[in-house]
Amino acid sequence: MFTYTLRRLAFAVPTVLIISLIVFLLLDLAPGDPTADLPLTIPVEVREQIRMALGLGEPVHIRYLKWLEMMLVNEPLHALANMTGWDVTRDAPRILSWQTRSPVGDIIAQRIPQTLWVVGLGYIFGVLIALPIGIISAYRQYSWFDQVGTFVSMVGFSVPTFFTGVVLILVFSVWLGWFPSMYDTTLEVRDWDSFVRQVKQIILPVSVLALFNASQISRFMRASMLDNLNQDYVRTARAKGLKEQTVVLTHVLRNSMIPVVTVIALGIPAVFSGAIITEQIFRVNGLGHALIGAIYANDIPMVQTITFIFAVLIVLFNLIADVLYGLLDPRIRYD
Amino acid sequence: MSDGVEPVLDVRDLKTVFHTRGGEIHAVNSVSFHLRPGELLGVVGESGSGKSVTMMSLIRLLPSPPAEVRSGTVMFGGRNLLKATDRELRRLRGREIGFIFQDPMTSLNPVFTVGFQIIEPLRKHMGLNGAQARSRAAELLDLVGIPDARRRLRDFPHQFSGGMRQRVMIAIALACDPKVLIADEPTTALDVTIQAQILELVKDLRRQLGMAIVWITHDLGVIAGIADRVMVMYGGQVVEQAPVRELFADPRHPYTRALLKTVPSVRGQREPKLKVIEGQPPMLGAHPAACPFRFRCEHAFDRCGDENPLRRDVGHGHDVACHWNPAETMVAHG
Repeated sequence: MFTYTLRRLAFAVPTVLIISLIVFLLLDLAPGDPTADLPLTIPVEVREQIRMALGLGEPVHIRYLKWLEMMLVNEPLHALANMTGWDVTRDAPRILSWQTRSPVGDIIAQRIPQTLWVVGLGYIFGVLIALPIGIISAYRQYSWFDQVGTFVSMVGFSVPTFFTGVVLILVFSVWLGWFPSMYDTTLEVRDWDSFVRQVKQIILPVSVLALFNASQISRFMRASMLDNLNQDYVRTARAKGLKEQTVVLTHVLRNSMIPVVTVIALGIPAVFSGAIITEQIFRVNGLGHALIGAIYANDIPMVQTITFIFAVLIVLFNLIADVLYGLLDPRIRYD
Repeated sequence: MSDGVEPVLDVRDLKTVFHTRGGEIHAVNSVSFHLRPGELLGVVGESGSGKSVTMMSLIRLLPSPPAEVRSGTVMFGGRNLLKATDRELRRLRGREIGFIFQDPMTSLNPVFTVGFQIIEPLRKHMGLNGAQARSRAAELLDLVGIPDARRRLRDFPHQFSGGMRQRVMIAIALACDPKVLIADEPTTALDVTIQAQILELVKDLRRQLGMAIVWITHDLGVIAGIADRVMVMYGGQVVEQAPVRELFADPRHPYTRALLKTVPSVRGQREPKLKVIEGQPPMLGAHPAACPFRFRCEHAFDRCGDENPLRRDVGHGHDVACHWNPAETMVAHG
């Protein structure tokens, strides 16, 4: 298992490097000019100097390698320095946002907590709801519970989040006035009142995401349980005189979780990226929101960095899914 | 039928139907049989004759729905199992009645160690603690002939060969010293040499432990080697029942006779073609009002279409469900 993990980790390194090249080149080739938003009165020579100052004068491979060094070495060092207070940065240059002239890493560090709170909670709730629903739906296949569950997940899965989000805002914010339609990032939880406000403002975005994620995962869980419930080993377990609870929650569930865990792990990077739309609707000042803003402003370093982080997360969680697969299924432990 | 000795298992008039979209399927029709302590009863019949469904019905292991055990009594240890609660049944399954299934490749749970799977019934039924259960499990693996038992408890099913997995299944079935072992085609999925090893093992274990065994198979060769008594099933009912020597010496039912003829012999003249029983097994759409074998039977006459024959005693502990009487025909033809 250990060598297997190490081997997978070694394979991940070239994957990440190739992704970084593609992300860098693709965005570098994209049309757009960092000075386009500046006033037209700025003379052409000054514009050229601004471009030079942004590092655009050098050939593309030099810029790529510099970006890679900043991305993979300098930024992590700065992050470490920020967290621990150690002086490890040696004032190495950082990736700067064209839009704000401040380090991209700092902006991302500010945005990540909001995304994790809102979208992460949505995902966790989604998973927590999905698993029991999937298990019960499969065990009582074609019962009313299963029928209702199937209907709700079909709706939840096929209706896009930008639609459910707006519907929820209309019903609960506009008509009923129970919850705010906007997420206030500046709210600090200090006492009971502010805690209640925080809960109120987080309910709508979290429910939208939880519904969407739960629909998907509960279908996987149900299908996987159904695959296993008719297996011969289930009959063996019953023939041993085990309780129905043990048969289903130990024997069947352990086998059914194998594919579902993979789906859940692979869905986590989507927590960061896929919630872009929900963050827009509820004005959550998170990572997705930052990405959209950067795209509008032609802030290529910012877009490159966020895209690259998403790519690394996807590779990382693929790796985690593979390792989990190996842990859950003894037949997969390639050693 | 039970000559003096109290049977350990006594089944009367068992009926099982499956509810399907196309209507009811009558899989088991008024099956009666008994099993004496320490006896090995062979159950033969082709696929779909209701052998497995009968045995699964006794202890209610069939998924319900679609299966429904409609009527009958199953007396075991002074109790009617068809009336027992789920809890009572769970206490019998694996404790008093052990099961071995056909396909050892899929009958074990792939994600748990073999040790865990043997220990489960030991802890549940025998109340053993972890260490006791572990040493008992090692004893069991040793008993079924798996070398290096203690170490192999930590292995997963995929690390065993097919024959070895069936040995593990036998160890699980025998874990709590059951009174009855139901073996549902335990050697069908194995190749012939492994089959012979498993047969020897079961014979051996029976000598040592003395449990009664129901051995389901479609292989008459296997039955001849191990059974004390044979029950032949066709179309969800018992068509003939006799001690093993009696059955092979004097088969009465045309189906049994045909079945015996299909067994290829290694001695004597080689047949150019394997013998088969022409036709298809019956569809069990309704409760049979006529003999289910009549369409494939060379001796069928009018009465076979009008009336489903009841089992009649023909002496020597032998009974048959057939209207045709070979003795009478012999007289009639001179």
